[in-house]
Amino acid sequence: MTYEPATAMIEAHGLVKQFSDRKRGPIRAVDDVSFKVEAGQVYGLLGANGAGKTTTLRMLATLLRPSAGTALVAGHDIVREPGLVRASVGFLAASTALYGRLTAREMIAYFGRLNGMEDSLIRARTASLAAELDMGEFLDRRCDRLSTGMKQKTSIARTLIHDPAVMILDEPTLGLDVIAARAVLSFVRDCRTRGKAVIYSTHVMAEVEKLCDVIGIIHGGRLRAHGSLAALRAEYRETDLEEIFVGIVSRPEGVAS
Amino acid sequence: MNGRAIATVYVKELTDTLRDRRTILSTLLIPTIVMPLLMFGAGRIAAGVVARAREEIPSIMVLGGEDSPGVRASLGHSEHFHVIPPSPNWRRLISDKKVRAAVEIPAGFEAGLGSGASSAVSVYEYRGELKSGLAAQQIVHFLDDLRDRTIASRLEARGLSADLVKPFKTRTVNVAPPEKVGGNLIGGVIPYVIILLCFTGAMYPAMDLTAGEKERGTLETLLCSPVGRAELVAGKFLVVLTGSLTAMTCSLISMGASLFLGGMLAGGSGSMVRSAGMAGAPNAELPFLTIDPLGLVGVVGMVLPVAVLFSAVLFTVALFAKSYKEAQSYVAPLIFIVIMPAVAGLLPGVELSGRLALVPILNLTLVCKEMLSGVWNWHYMAIIFVSTAVYAAAALALAVRMFNREDVLFRS
Repeated sequence: MTYEPATAMIEAHGLVKQFSDRKRGPIRAVDDVSFKVEAGQVYGLLGANGAGKTTTLRMLATLLRPSAGTALVAGHDIVREPGLVRASVGFLAASTALYGRLTAREMIAYFGRLNGMEDSLIRARTASLAAELDMGEFLDRRCDRLSTGMKQKTSIARTLIHDPAVMILDEPTLGLDVIAARAVLSFVRDCRTRGKAVIYSTHVMAEVEKLCDVIGIIHGGRLRAHGSLAALRAEYRETDLEEIFVGIVSRPEGVAS
Repeated sequence: MNGRAIATVYVKELTDTLRDRRTILSTLLIPTIVMPLLMFGAGRIAAGVVARAREEIPSIMVLGGEDSPGVRASLGHSEHFHVIPPSPNWRRLISDKKVRAAVEIPAGFEAGLGSGASSAVSVYEYRGELKSGLAAQQIVHFLDDLRDRTIASRLEARGLSADLVKPFKTRTVNVAPPEKVGGNLIGGVIPYVIILLCFTGAMYPAMDLTAGEKERGTLETLLCSPVGRAELVAGKFLVVLTGSLTAMTCSLISMGASLFLGGMLAGGSGSMVRSAGMAGAPNAELPFLTIDPLGLVGVVGMVLPVAVLFSAVLFTVALFAKSYKEAQSYVAPLIFIVIMPAVAGLLPGVELSGRLALVPILNLTLVCKEMLSGVWNWHYMAIIFVSTAVYAAAALALAVRMFNREDVLFRS
């Protein structure tokens, strides 16, 4: 891995997201989260359900507006230039679905046009993505008739059509079988190879161990620890990531590195 | 605002919508069928029922009058009804529609006619029932005739002219142009149906493009594209509006076609637009009423801002819902809110006024009634058009605001 003049593609500065809940009052789903992801790096955001992973990533993708703090994504401020941020980001989540009544090709082309691409460029990109992801046989089938794996490939092609510099992936393997999940992981590696900055959230330890250059452990809305797998192992004197994770999240707050 | 982005969203949503069977049904099919069904079906059935009721010779009962054989005999000879033997449970028989009506002749009736006395004859009917009413009407006609003849013979016996008790006659003459009559009868119904179709035409696209997208998880996908929220709302809203206007256009075309066909079937007599009218025809034939075709053009013009209003309101309400089902439960009560003022406009005696011109939907029904009967109240039309456009703009602004609220977009 080359860490040349650190080109941070994602820089989160004290991100806070507060929701108001009718019963429980205000809730800080994300509380003062800061981190950096460089080009060609995969940052794994590891946390249990409800830890604040999705909220953090939705803020980076400008779907949610931070209550405080901000972030620079591909050099654009998520609060002041949300349109420019979205143009340089590919966002894929377990909850982002496809239009069932469109074909895979139409779906990809729609997002190309939404990104302001010309039709000729969309055609060329679709052809190369379809070849890469092996989508040829189902490209003209309606999305609601595709298998889960085919849908995931279509979603990936949809996020990549405008060749974004930053990929934001929110539990992209959730609900996938082993084969489809492996395809997603290899796609993430490809992204890294091409120099994209990837932020990847999951609660599956094995994925993080296999994939991520830097790991951030988020719990109760706060980033409790982060560093490379080797650094975390050294710091907590433990080789098993699960043990490290449980150790960190069960500790009282304020001891984060 | 980026025109290309709006066009992209519009084209995609339209394609998507056209592949949805529910929308096709509510936006294209139903509006096309409703008008001819209403005109041919309901109109013809109503006219047919009246005609048949008139053709039917009703069975009646004569109660009492054993000492009035002459009256009884002429009742029996009348070709307008069929007298059946009296029965003590005649009330039941009328209720059960076995007998249409009954007439009770008091004792000494015929003797009284000759002697100059006055008496009371009762006619029994089942009020509200068409055939019973017609039978009672026939009996009353018969009795009126008998009374007139009795008066004449009484006056003659005294050497006086029958005109003594009839110093003058009255007759009523219609001076309203035929469009006016047509406008009042069907003028109320046409805008009402158009309003309803405008609403139902927008209903399914509105729910599908908002709550439907949330439910299927595609809204989140769409929101991470660089297109601005205002452009997304504009593109989606225009599809909803297209649904509304398509429903209206379909209904108007099919209405025009059925009026034209109806006119041809009846053997054209020069009137351009004609229609089978409502019940209450003076004779057994279908009454053909003319409506002003220019009035129809006016109706379309006045319906436009209402279509925008409906589309924006439906869009906003459905956007708030988490799922298609939830959206349906919000939209269903809205139908009543649309129907109530539309029906109020159909009530006789409700006329346009400065205040009513500001009530959305009701004002439209009222002004359409006038336009279809050839009355053009330009200043009211201006008030109605502008006020509805203002409401529509407010609803649209609200839709954009809602689309910028993350607690609405990500409700869970």
